[in-house]
Amino acid sequence: MAYINVPEGVPGIRSLVMFRPETGKYLYELAQVLLRGPSPLTEAEREMIATFVSHRNNCKFCAGSHAAAARCLLGDEAKLMDDVLVNYQAAAISEKLKALLTIAGKVQILGKEVRQTDIDLARSKGATDLDIHDTVLIAATFSMFNRYVDGLASLTPEKDSDYVEMGKRLAEKGYSVPQQQPIQ
Amino acid sequence: MAHIDFKNNEPGIRGPMAYSPETAAPMNQLAEILLRSENNSLSKGERELIGTYVSYLNDCFFCQNVHGAMAGHYLGCDIGQIEDLKRNFVHSDISDKMKALLTIAGSVQKGGRFVTDEQIRIAKAHGAIDKEIHDTVLIAAAFCMFNRYVDGLATTAPRDPQFYVNRAPMRAEHGYIGSVAPAVAVDHS
Repeated sequence: MAYINVPEGVPGIRSLVMFRPETGKYLYELAQVLLRGPSPLTEAEREMIATFVSHRNNCKFCAGSHAAAARCLLGDEAKLMDDVLVNYQAAAISEKLKALLTIAGKVQILGKEVRQTDIDLARSKGATDLDIHDTVLIAATFSMFNRYVDGLASLTPEKDSDYVEMGKRLAEKGYSVPQQQPIQ
Repeated sequence: MAHIDFKNNEPGIRGPMAYSPETAAPMNQLAEILLRSENNSLSKGERELIGTYVSYLNDCFFCQNVHGAMAGHYLGCDIGQIEDLKRNFVHSDISDKMKALLTIAGSVQKGGRFVTDEQIRIAKAHGAIDKEIHDTVLIAAAFCMFNRYVDGLATTAPRDPQFYVNRAPMRAEHGYIGSVAPAVAVDHS
């Protein structure tokens, strides 16, 4: 059970945002602009970075929902999401994305872990300033979301199938603040 | 030198924020409501102290100096006293409720799952209400983002702590929205 009095039966961050919509509004705006706004990275690539960081932060809710979104966006290549979580260096993704995932993995530990050699490698694989900026900010932002979701012990659905619909909604509709249910 | 060219010379987080104003807008709005809203039973000083403590644990020079100066400004403490609080709040004269909330913030810094039932029980026993616990966790989580944005891109900033103390009254008055200089247009194509 969550540590605070959030609406019952509502999973993850949605329950927290319904508890405190004043802050939730900006959290969803940030997710929308970062994951769906203009970027040199595809929406699928951005969701893969978000999932990779959430997985390393052991946040089952964020990893489950964003992996599901990435699989929807990847379509026929949905398996790539799972391959990345097992061993991204062996996955059939671009060398640029591998180098960016290495940077994201460093950010997940702490900002200072990102070294010039990590940046140089990403650039040698074609990464631009915006690729690097967006990767660092996605990894930083999910270091927030993961802590928010688990730090308040919000409801985490157990079954993988529980995340399929969530992923479909995120892939098709993006990030919009959940509305408070009218009181019956 | 920063890892990327921000096309501006702003210090700390303001460099990447001016570089990417679309993402900066909700980040600054979040900071504003979490740290400066009047509609909060935690004082502005207490909220800045939580941000300072997490930034200290994350070893983020820029954030712990900016927000340490803000906390000092609101709480009427000098830099030395803020330094002592960061290092040893347990033996300070802050309230038991704030000690319990800072303990929760310290767990959030390690990872969400480090927060325990017992830490929450103690905070509630000392009078913390749900909204205060929520805001403590979200402030701590948000600084885990801000700190990583600042250091993950290797932003640069003045090394003299007095620089931040001098700016704190102005920031306290004007707030976080609009803290970023007018952006240079960036081509996102």
